[in-house]
Amino acid sequence: MMMQELLASQPGPVNFLIFFIQAVALLLIVLGFVTYVILAERKVLGFMQSRYGPNRVGGRLGLLQTFADILKLLVKEDTIPDKADKKLFILAPGFAIVPAVMVLAVLPFTEHFHFADIGIGLLYYFGIAGITTLGLLLGGWASNNKYSLLGGARAAAQMVSYEIPLVMSVLGIVLLTGSMNLIDIVEAQEKVWFVFTQPIAFIVFSIAAYAELNRVPFDLPESENELVAGFQTEYGGFRWAMFYLAEYIYAFAMSALAVVLFFGGWQPLFPFLDFIPGAVWFGLKFAILVFGLSWVRATWPRVRPDHLMEFAWKVLLPVALANIFLTAIAKELIQLF
Amino acid sequence: MLRTEEMQINIGPHHPSTHGVFRVLLTIDGEIITKAEPVIGYLHRGTEKLAEDLQYTQIIPYTDRMDYVSGMTNNYVFVHAVETLMGIEVPERAEYLRVLAMELNRIASHLVFWGTFLLDFGATTPYLVAFREREVVLNLLNELSGARMTFNYMRIGGVKWDAPPGWIEKVKEFVPYMREQLKTYDELATGNEIFQSRMKGVGTYTAEEALQYSLSGPNLRCTGVEWDLRKNEPYSVYDRFDFDIVTEQSGDVWARYLVRTREIEQSLRIIEQAIEQMPKDGPIMAKVPRVIKPPKGEVYVRIESPKGEIGCYIYSEGKNKPYRVKFRRPSFYNLQILPKILVGENISNLIPILAAVDIILGEVDG
Repeated sequence: MMMQELLASQPGPVNFLIFFIQAVALLLIVLGFVTYVILAERKVLGFMQSRYGPNRVGGRLGLLQTFADILKLLVKEDTIPDKADKKLFILAPGFAIVPAVMVLAVLPFTEHFHFADIGIGLLYYFGIAGITTLGLLLGGWASNNKYSLLGGARAAAQMVSYEIPLVMSVLGIVLLTGSMNLIDIVEAQEKVWFVFTQPIAFIVFSIAAYAELNRVPFDLPESENELVAGFQTEYGGFRWAMFYLAEYIYAFAMSALAVVLFFGGWQPLFPFLDFIPGAVWFGLKFAILVFGLSWVRATWPRVRPDHLMEFAWKVLLPVALANIFLTAIAKELIQLF
Repeated sequence: MLRTEEMQINIGPHHPSTHGVFRVLLTIDGEIITKAEPVIGYLHRGTEKLAEDLQYTQIIPYTDRMDYVSGMTNNYVFVHAVETLMGIEVPERAEYLRVLAMELNRIASHLVFWGTFLLDFGATTPYLVAFREREVVLNLLNELSGARMTFNYMRIGGVKWDAPPGWIEKVKEFVPYMREQLKTYDELATGNEIFQSRMKGVGTYTAEEALQYSLSGPNLRCTGVEWDLRKNEPYSVYDRFDFDIVTEQSGDVWARYLVRTREIEQSLRIIEQAIEQMPKDGPIMAKVPRVIKPPKGEVYVRIESPKGEIGCYIYSEGKNKPYRVKFRRPSFYNLQILPKILVGENISNLIPILAAVDIILGEVDG
């Protein structure tokens, strides 16, 4: 509960320092996670595609592979195309990564390990995450490359379309909980997880989340088979790494959010299992969801942009709306009896 | 109304999924293609011109490099042309070895298609799965000819080497293994909803159009035309095998995909029968003169390669070098319909349509 006291205390240089150190710690944890999730994904993909995956740098498991990659990206020549809009070209990766890091603030990892305990945590998450689209669109536009432009436009269209069903799908949970605070939402799942009471919402949420993350089967903005690399075609070195990093931080954040919203956060599967610490539960659920990301990537092809749009507006959105309606009715009926 | 403009976009020659150095100049309206203009010739090596200055046997390695994923059929069409011109009777065992080699190569070629085609949809796993099986085939061909892709295996009058000991057994084992894998392929990809939604009704043409554009092979059979030179104009010993011509009716990318995957099964059937019928021993080379000098005259032969109808025309003046050699390269002809079927399609369909033509740029550019 140190966190609560800190949050309530007067602002001052000492408090600021503590917050700063904590934020840096979180960032390092996340970056460490991202480094190893990239490795894990490559290993899982390798396993599924009957090959080894990275196995040279850092022993047989390739434990240092990602660090080597990062080093390579850091020392790479920084090129900006001649005809590019220089200011926007430099700004765009920032637009992509800053919101990605900002959303981490509201995610409650365990009862004690969370940062901003704000009343509208859920709203904050989606609001801030939406800014990243701007980064992708700007990057695509500023590169002054036709492939990038197509990729950027696709990114914008896709993310705007899928943001709506994504937000709508979680409204059922907000209705049941009566709060947008993520900690309240976790605590409301003490008896039964929302994945069981809100199965439709979970399905809609998963599909929309994959699209929001630009993951296979919805990785249209960078569909390398037709658009070379989409919005990031002209980016190289660490500017490109920013986009890449943003993508993986979102994978982290979205999986964590799914755990919080549907799988009871740090709550155990059954109450009698509560001797296992919350952090373990959270990590376990989280790892399964992240594995799912790799699994889908290894199995599925990419959908076509027009199918994608149709699917968002004609299927996902009505289903999400119906779910809200049904949830509201069910809640009223339960209160009646 | 907002003012909108058409945009010109250049796909290739340096592009990840043009299957080589193919370039197409697209005019797009939003994401809809309004005009497509293929530009070819980046891989032109002048095979036909080079052949005029080479002795007949020396030309064979050049044919390997035309359709480099299916060298055996290219080998065959050339030696077959010379043999026809000279009237050479090829020993039976050699013919069976050729058929085995060609059908194994057909499987390898269709596997390359299957893997790269699905890779073009963004699915990475099928590519690696297909190449795993292709590796088995290539190892078999390697044992037979000493090379994985540029075989140079066939000779005028027979084949270079007899099958090494135990090779036939390995091919025999390969057949049920491949059948098993084909089921996996269907489970992995064919039944997938996303694949089907992306393939069905895309890049459609009718049988009439296909014939007008002189398409051949799976690109023709996908429209329902039963035309397979192995059946319609049997060469080698193909008239002794029982197999079906695989056809589909819809003429879209999906039909082409199905035709090719099912042709693998037919090739396996041919391999099985060929092993069964093959003479246990016997010569593998006919008696041919040391210096090949076909009589004055001209000849045109055609056979069914995995890509379609491959033909070879030779004009001989009775010397040890041909006066003129011309290859009818199926990929080149199959590519002609591309500008027509691309118009009106979404730019995302471009790559699948191109991949479904199953072009090999070495063959297109000659």
